[in-house]
Amino acid sequence: MARIIVVTSGKGGVGKTTTSAAIAMGLAKAGHKTAVIDFDVGLRNLDLILGCERRVVYDFINVINGEASLNQALIRDKNCHLLYILPASQTRDKDALTQEGVGRVLDELSKEFDYVVCDSPAGIEKGANLALYFADDAFVVTNPEISSVRDSDRMLGILSSKSRRAERNEEPIKEYLLLTRYDSDRVRQGEMLGLDDVQEILSLELLGIIPESKSVLSASNAGIPVILDEKSEAGQAYADVVARYLGEKRPHRFIDGKQGFLRRLFGGRK
Amino acid sequence: MLNTSSVLEFKSGTFFAPILVLFKHDIVAIEEALQEKISLAPEFFKDSPLVIDLRELNKQNQDLDVVQIIQMLRRIGFFPVGLRGGNEQQNRQARALSIPIDTVREQGNSIIIGDTPKQEITSQLSSQPEIPVTQSADPVAAPPTDSAATTLITQPVRSGQRIYASGDLIILSQVSAGAEIMAEGNIHVYNTLRGRALAGVHGNTAARIFCFDLQAELISIAGDYKTSEDLTKQTYKNPVQIYLQNHALIIKEIA
Repeated sequence: MARIIVVTSGKGGVGKTTTSAAIAMGLAKAGHKTAVIDFDVGLRNLDLILGCERRVVYDFINVINGEASLNQALIRDKNCHLLYILPASQTRDKDALTQEGVGRVLDELSKEFDYVVCDSPAGIEKGANLALYFADDAFVVTNPEISSVRDSDRMLGILSSKSRRAERNEEPIKEYLLLTRYDSDRVRQGEMLGLDDVQEILSLELLGIIPESKSVLSASNAGIPVILDEKSEAGQAYADVVARYLGEKRPHRFIDGKQGFLRRLFGGRK
Repeated sequence: MLNTSSVLEFKSGTFFAPILVLFKHDIVAIEEALQEKISLAPEFFKDSPLVIDLRELNKQNQDLDVVQIIQMLRRIGFFPVGLRGGNEQQNRQARALSIPIDTVREQGNSIIIGDTPKQEITSQLSSQPEIPVTQSADPVAAPPTDSAATTLITQPVRSGQRIYASGDLIILSQVSAGAEIMAEGNIHVYNTLRGRALAGVHGNTAARIFCFDLQAELISIAGDYKTSEDLTKQTYKNPVQIYLQNHALIIKEIA
């Protein structure tokens, strides 16, 4: 049985797709057969980040509608033979997703794969709800910024109440925090929320801090997941995230500025 | 220590009984509806004490023969133990049958759930005495505790979630900004309170809010409220209790 991971955030543009691509690649590189699904039906992006957009024939919706088999739609990654991509449909919208259909596809994937990574769309509507519904683990991607933290908090509420695990009263989804686009200089200057500020609100297990890095954009444009750029800080940070998720103990890097914005504004707690 | 020399002792206590709220005076229809409820949960209703509530009925000026209803209830296995909301004649009839009259509070620990009947329902009675934890947005699992007493929440209350307790509400985790917690009784938050907290929502002016770390967006007791703008520096981020005094919200640090 595969472990189903949802990469989610509520807010858009925080790095969900970048994260999905990176951790799916990381898990595959670590020897686990991994599938990554783009749930952003209508705004297909994951295939671009993974550099396989020109090989998309069938998509997630085709599989749900029975117009193509899973094996026809899955695209094997060029860089790692254990990574497969199930792209979203660009011509349809989120209404084409059904809970029954998504469940069927995930069931089928679960038989063959070790990990299934679900790249959630932004928002808290159907696409996002279905991406998290079947999850075992959730990577909550948050930027050190107050609206992103608020949206993540909202998402955590949904994770704990609207998932299949919640509905069946099973063990809750394991929630992890991924702080992305972190700029320790700006944190130090009080322009950005620090890790402490974010954790004061979310209090989640921290899987990693991904520093703001130019390499993320260039990797995206080149269609190569940033985790493969071993020289970049962001690539290393994602490698740490995957290792920690798989149970390895690694100290957190890229934090530096501990003096956060809120703390500076309101003074420390007594 | 038990005083074994005396014959008896008075203690204060509460005795819980379901309240049967009637919406129609048709005894046959009431009996039918009750039999249906009994068939759903025979164990729960077996020999159950029952308080009859006639307020709705009398609001609609529907007269009901109390003697008949009490006889019917006894016949199908209930023990009527009280009457509320009756008119003078009904109260007299009840007293004659040794049924006490409850004339006091407007709000009791009623276990009746649901709205006034839009369909052909003559009586409404919940099948189990659980607290209706109304959660409109994203419900947090709130295990119903003993009768209408206290709701205990151990998980964080996240932004967008709403929790309603018909009695007291105790929360051990943080309450995020954008979350809303409401109780008819007191609210205790043994953690950071960032969301909105409304105690005494049915007008209980004696209700209080206690919290370990006050950073709330809004606090309200029985409709009197303050927003975070009105919270002073002294109490912000401190353990406080909040109560009403002469229609003014008092926020007081708990030393």
